[in-house]
Amino acid sequence: MPKEKFKEKELTVKSRTENLSAIREFIRKTAEEAGVAAEVIDDMILAVDEACTNIIKHAYKSYPEGEIVIHLKYSDKKFTIEIIDYGSAFEPKKIPDPDLQRYYQQRRVGGLGMYLMKTLMDDVKYISIPGKYNRVSLSKNLNPA
Amino acid sequence: MAEFSTSVKDQGDVSIIYLVGYLDAHTAPALENTFSGLIERGRYMLVVNFKDLAYISSAGLGVFMAFIEKIRDNSGDIKLTNMSDKVFNIFDLLGFPLLYEIFKTEEEAVNKFKETPQQNNN
Repeated sequence: MPKEKFKEKELTVKSRTENLSAIREFIRKTAEEAGVAAEVIDDMILAVDEACTNIIKHAYKSYPEGEIVIHLKYSDKKFTIEIIDYGSAFEPKKIPDPDLQRYYQQRRVGGLGMYLMKTLMDDVKYISIPGKYNRVSLSKNLNPA
Repeated sequence: MAEFSTSVKDQGDVSIIYLVGYLDAHTAPALENTFSGLIERGRYMLVVNFKDLAYISSAGLGVFMAFIEKIRDNSGDIKLTNMSDKVFNIFDLLGFPLLYEIFKTEEEAVNKFKETPQQNNN
């Protein structure tokens, strides 16, 4: 069997919510070129938006000069989006899945983004090296068996 | 460029909010301002029409969570209408249909306010 061929693309933006639309457009364009189905593209776009929103608000605490690197690696079988930031370390295990009734009572919605990412993607992995970087890796299998 | 805008139409005691474009963490404050403005005017019976909303993220959903309690405490409600399947699916994933009444048409949502006197929802 021939070795799977990956293509790669990268976008670097500042940690500002005004850049979310450019990030979504970058994912849409690349995924469309890669021939990914429209519904799958919608899921990936929302997952990446949620990840970047969390980075802007939590890792960089709305500091607008941080860097967010979005690295795409894709083949016919798998589309992986790695998102790297250099903000505060992140411990995903400390964030439980949301209890909607509790969120309703407390009028809090943080945590919904992480839940959406896990629900919309086939695989979500976090790596956090305190003082260096955080990396979240979001993957979709394109031709699930 | 993500564009987002809102417009409001008063119809008797009910105010209808029309959402247009992309609702994300960048544009969510515009919707917060719309809700705040309505509350300042004492308008608590609200219908949100999603007909022209292309996209919503959890930051947009958070706006509805932020205002619902205050609105229900004032005998009002936020009812949602005309959602695309794509937008409804996001609401559904997060269990929002348990918390908000969602209607197919604006008329149904407005009429619901007329037929049931709003209860204090504490």
